[in-house]
Amino acid sequence: MLPLVPEEIVIISAFAVLLADFALVRRKSLPIRTAVVGLFSCLGCLIAMIWMARYQSYGNSTMLALNPLTQFLKMVLLTLTMIVMVLSFGARFSRHVGEYFALLLLAAAGLMLLISSENLLVIFIALEMLSIPLYILSAFNKSSPASAEAGLKYFLFGSITAAFTLFGISLLYGLTGDLQLSSIAAKLRTQPIEPVFYVALVMTLVGFAFKVAAAPFHFWAPDVYQGAPTPVACFIASASKVGSFFVLARILLTGFGPWQGSAVWEGLRAGWMPLLAVLAVLSIVAGNIAALVQTSVKRLLAYSAIAHAGYALLAFFGNSQQMLPALFFYVITYSLTVLGAFAVVAVVENSGSPDKISEWAGLSRRAPLLSACMFVFMLSLAGIPPLSGFFGKFYLFTAAAGGMPHLGMLWLVVVAVGASAISLYYYLQVLKQIYTAEPPSGSKIFHAPAAALLPILFLAAIVIAFGCAPGWLLGKLSIVLNSSSF
Amino acid sequence: MLAWTIYISFLGAAALVLLPAENRRAARFTALLTALAGLVVGLTGAVQYERQTPSGDVVDLVHASWIPDLGIHYHLAADGVSITLVLLTGIAAVAGVLFSWNIQQRTKEFFALYFALIGGVYGVFLSFDLFLLFVFYEIAIIPKYFLIASWGSTRREYGAMKLALYSFVGSAMVLVGLIAAYVVSGAHTFDLLELAKHSFPAPFQHWAFLLVFVGFAVLAGLWPFHTWAPTGHVAAPTAASMLLAGVVMKLGAYGALRVAMTLFPDGLRYWQNEIALLAVIGIVYGGTVALVQRDIKFVIGYSSVSHMGFVLLGLMTLTQIGLIGAVLQMFSHGIVAGLLFAVVGRMIYDRTHTRDLGELQPMNLNALAPFAMVTFVIAGAASMGLPGFSGFIAELQVLAGAWSVFPRLTILAGAGILVGIAFMLRVWIKAFFAENDTPKQAVHLEPTTLPERAGAFLLLGTTVLIGLCPGLLLNLISPTLHSALFQPLLKGGLP
Amino acid sequence: MTTLPLLTLLTLIPLAGGVAALLAPRQSKLSRLIAFVASLLALSCAVLIWAAFDTGKAGYQFGEHVDWVPSLGVYYHLGIDGLGLLMVMLSALIVPFAMLASWKIEQNSKLYFALILFLEAGLFGTFTALNFFHWFIYWELGLIPAFFLIKMWGGPKRTRAANQFFIYTLAGSVAMLLAFLAIYAATGLFDFTQLAGLAEKGSLDTALFAKLGGAFFTSKETLATVIFLGVFLGFAVKAPLMPFHTWLPSAYAEAPTGTSMLLTGAMSKMGVYGFLRILLPLFPTQMRAMQTPLLCLAVVTIVFSAAAALAQRDLKRMVAYSSINHVGYCLLGIFAAVQLTSDSVAWTTEKAAALNGVMLQMFNHGLTASALFYCVGLIEQRSGGRRGLDDFGGLRKVAPVFCGLMGITLFASLGLPGLNGFVSEFLIFKGSLPLVGWAAAVSTLGLLITAIFLLTILQRVFSGPLQNRWAGWKDLTTGERLTLAPVIALMFVIGIFPQILISVSNPTALAILKHF
Repeated sequence: MLPLVPEEIVIISAFAVLLADFALVRRKSLPIRTAVVGLFSCLGCLIAMIWMARYQSYGNSTMLALNPLTQFLKMVLLTLTMIVMVLSFGARFSRHVGEYFALLLLAAAGLMLLISSENLLVIFIALEMLSIPLYILSAFNKSSPASAEAGLKYFLFGSITAAFTLFGISLLYGLTGDLQLSSIAAKLRTQPIEPVFYVALVMTLVGFAFKVAAAPFHFWAPDVYQGAPTPVACFIASASKVGSFFVLARILLTGFGPWQGSAVWEGLRAGWMPLLAVLAVLSIVAGNIAALVQTSVKRLLAYSAIAHAGYALLAFFGNSQQMLPALFFYVITYSLTVLGAFAVVAVVENSGSPDKISEWAGLSRRAPLLSACMFVFMLSLAGIPPLSGFFGKFYLFTAAAGGMPHLGMLWLVVVAVGASAISLYYYLQVLKQIYTAEPPSGSKIFHAPAAALLPILFLAAIVIAFGCAPGWLLGKLSIVLNSSSF
Repeated sequence: MLAWTIYISFLGAAALVLLPAENRRAARFTALLTALAGLVVGLTGAVQYERQTPSGDVVDLVHASWIPDLGIHYHLAADGVSITLVLLTGIAAVAGVLFSWNIQQRTKEFFALYFALIGGVYGVFLSFDLFLLFVFYEIAIIPKYFLIASWGSTRREYGAMKLALYSFVGSAMVLVGLIAAYVVSGAHTFDLLELAKHSFPAPFQHWAFLLVFVGFAVLAGLWPFHTWAPTGHVAAPTAASMLLAGVVMKLGAYGALRVAMTLFPDGLRYWQNEIALLAVIGIVYGGTVALVQRDIKFVIGYSSVSHMGFVLLGLMTLTQIGLIGAVLQMFSHGIVAGLLFAVVGRMIYDRTHTRDLGELQPMNLNALAPFAMVTFVIAGAASMGLPGFSGFIAELQVLAGAWSVFPRLTILAGAGILVGIAFMLRVWIKAFFAENDTPKQAVHLEPTTLPERAGAFLLLGTTVLIGLCPGLLLNLISPTLHSALFQPLLKGGLP
Repeated sequence: MTTLPLLTLLTLIPLAGGVAALLAPRQSKLSRLIAFVASLLALSCAVLIWAAFDTGKAGYQFGEHVDWVPSLGVYYHLGIDGLGLLMVMLSALIVPFAMLASWKIEQNSKLYFALILFLEAGLFGTFTALNFFHWFIYWELGLIPAFFLIKMWGGPKRTRAANQFFIYTLAGSVAMLLAFLAIYAATGLFDFTQLAGLAEKGSLDTALFAKLGGAFFTSKETLATVIFLGVFLGFAVKAPLMPFHTWLPSAYAEAPTGTSMLLTGAMSKMGVYGFLRILLPLFPTQMRAMQTPLLCLAVVTIVFSAAAALAQRDLKRMVAYSSINHVGYCLLGIFAAVQLTSDSVAWTTEKAAALNGVMLQMFNHGLTASALFYCVGLIEQRSGGRRGLDDFGGLRKVAPVFCGLMGITLFASLGLPGLNGFVSEFLIFKGSLPLVGWAAAVSTLGLLITAIFLLTILQRVFSGPLQNRWAGWKDLTTGERLTLAPVIALMFVIGIFPQILISVSNPTALAILKHF
């Protein structure tokens, strides 16, 4: 069980945190409880990270597949989790502090397990281990009916798609007699392809498409992002996405590698590529168009998340050199950006403004530093240089355009670029309110709590840094990718 | 050395953000200093270039590896065309600051955004790596939006959004083209000079050129993609209109020349006639629509579309004289349009609070605002293309080049000049020289301030100087258009 | 002395003077003095040039030729021959005269005098430039100050008059500009002397057709005629030739006195100068081909303007129409001289006579017409703004000196022998009667009608019963006498010793004739 020590540390922290809350700080006030328990959880994550840094254990077994890439991604995931936890310090939506942090830690553990495995069954278990805490967390705000609705929707949708995935996995097992991705691939190569295989493919993908919020499996996203407590939405939008994309990549590339088919213009062949192309186009179009008419910032971010999932899918069409760096660069920087954006939303919410764009009027006068950070996040999402979102998109588009000979996938790039251009409209709507509208009379300057402001500033700085000098992250990614077999 | 124009602008913007909000004086003087510094650097660089590179070739300023995974370099360089436009930016920047001296509301943010825009513009003119050029091009979009949306006038939010979206969509088209070029060339580099040496297959060039050219030309006001221009200009505050018409539209034309035309000469030849036709339609259309406008700023906005039509026509001639004329017209129009907007926006609108010709007519402005009147008359004469001002030489060269290639279109363009004279006359007469049977109303207008005069003299002086001594700029532009980089463009074209 | 760039200096003096006048402090009379001194300096420079001018040599003297934008055929090319010298001298004389006439202007006076000086610079530039580029700049430079002079200091209907003046002249200029752009596109030349050389060989038309013809025109004659018409339009509006004259009466009538003097004295000569310097050398064939319609226009101009003058009740308008009439004679002479004849000496003499007459008439009319406007201005001043023909009477009793001097001016304008007008009109008719008999014959009607209305002025204003309200009319002050005296003296001198002018004009006339 040695390789799974980081996950174990996190799980143990979850229970330790529950205990701490129950035993140590039960009588204290909510802010103190949150702070203490939160710190404990961060400590747990930190210990896991330090352990991973010191003892690198790689290797493939029947259940696990650990290599530098998974290590790196787990570090990223834990960092994201820690930031979410820090952001939760200001949360006042629940008295169940210990449970909250414990569930977060369990979800994080689920994520870590998710990316550690090449075995379909382990993946499924990890998926549920990730999802179930998230369902609960979405409904955590008992005073808000929207939160309950969010939790319920997430649960129903998630369960159904999980059922589809399970069914697909069992079909695959029936076809090949194996659950290990590499063995499945080897077996499928030798057998003739039956139509059932495509059914299995589609069904397996359904669950993961749900997780990354790709259309047409995205209907849960707007409600959950809006209804769930904001730190939870942060987590769903960032960490959960990173993990889910990794697993999707793993399944498609390792498991179904040779059956990619082709989505080249006028050269369609059955496989997962045309499937992904459809998902990508639907996500990009649906996400952007719906975002155009939103009046709530959180829903806007949700639809933007759907669109960004679509862009990320473009990476799968790139050539083998660029596909994974482009995907991971994009997903990681996107997570950081959207985390920051949601964090700003949380701060604004906590200061009393409801979640409507018009309520953000004149924010630049009331909270200049916060507005500046939101400026960075929104523009990064829109894809304006020199921010990381721009380079991420650029890399994606270049990879996708060059993936197939004779610019076969250029049509998809055109759709993506066009939609991305139009997306500037709704990001500017938010910024317009912040910067050009007059603040309502009588509103005062408010100061964001340091616990929230520091991570936000940190994230904004990273977004700018990764945009101006993406070389650092790209370098790191290429090192870990080169030393891992994928 | 010239790269400092970019850095100074961004440093200035950063400095302005850090200034305390109430101290408007500090903001204004910081802004003026930054603009002047940029201009001085530009001038020094120009003189240096002229002395050291009589051949007009490209001179590297900075060349460092940036993102090796994609073959992207931080490559800044300059040739005669770049430097001409850098000078234009410098002069326009100083003038813009002078004419914005009276901005009271959120002064430091205004100037910060202003210099972010200027920095982006300098960057475009000096970039020789396609990725870098694109980055600077896009950086310029957001400050424009906020300048117009926050400090503008008529329908400013709509105008700002329209401008931003048109620019962004245009740049999206360019992005697709650039990525396609990168992939097709297989050269794993985004460096302009490297890619220019690569010969792309003809069918690819046909659509790639159109995509990239139109993407850039949207910003240059190519008909029928010009509709952002009048709305945007009218909505923008004075300095922003000056920059928009003066410099930002030139970004589009420069991009078209530097990227589309240099990389895809065969594609260019394929679409030469169609684009020339669109350019001439723009010349005539812009002038004709300007003739019936009630708001002076709309008149000038449409006249900008008309003048940029000359630039695009000159580019399409593929003759040396036509191209030289196009670049000179970019410079000349930048100065003259800036001047016209300055008079209308700052000298007239800020005082009378109207730009409507019907309302201005009874005001007897020629007596109340003599400085504005004289400046506007001279600027209008320059805009008409009368000899003695920079526009004449430029338009002469464009027409001379166009005549050898598109004789019929040239006649239409000549008609466009006549329309240009007509609408300017109409504005003069209605705004300044109307017959007033009613006695003069007791309106008192503020006298012209020192910054306004300084700005007016700067711009007037430039257009007269270049009009009388065009050699100053022609010595920069002409050798470059004879240099190796432009040979593939011109060979095969008529001399 | 010949190494000094005298012609450039000549043009720079009024420019510098204008700027200096603008910079003078607002309230003092300093700007007036500066301006006047500048104009006198210009006059002395002109006299210097006159003195150094060698009447024996044909061709351009005091030439200056500097590269400016060689790639575009633009050179800084100046030169002066007899015609130019006469015009320069005329301008140099009229400007101080006009300034003295405007001495009492109070409103915004420094701008007024500065504008006059800029106008003078424009005049000098036009008369000495030999390359279209800067010639056109000066041509336009003359236009804008004139516009402002009318607009800001003129009479009640000045706005409309100024706008009309501006638009008409600009339209003509634009036509000219386009025509020259076409010429440049065909030949790559902007230089008048070079273009004239081409035209002499007959190759200008060919060049035009070769480069421009294909698109629209089938014959080279048509193309050349179209371009000729463009250039013609520019000058026809300026001169003016009927029917392009409609801007003139209002403009002259509404302009302040000093400006009217300048307009009629010098600016109208720009138009005729253009005919002689540019139109004739560049398009001799076209002028010959269109001689009959042109003559008709000239005759109409002469007769109708005289008739119109007769019908006027406003003195200033009468003089304005009379100006059109007198310039008409110049055009008659020019169109007569293009008549196709044999090369015999007799014909050449007639043509030379006509051309000499034209040049003299330009000079003389400049003097007399500006003097006439000055006198009318004096009447207007003393009468508190009235200048109707019927408003006065018997002024001879109260202002005999004025009556005498104005009478001399009127007679000079009439063409009385002994005064300058006679010589020029005589020469024109002497030359044109043999050449284009019918036209000259009809034009004599103009002489007759002119005589009638000028004498009418004399009679109505000065003779007859004196109205009571003019009983306190003051005669000319010393200043006014001193202002008028030189001009009147010149009228006599030239009338008695026309050789002074003819010695300058004749070589030029012969040179012009030789080249076509």
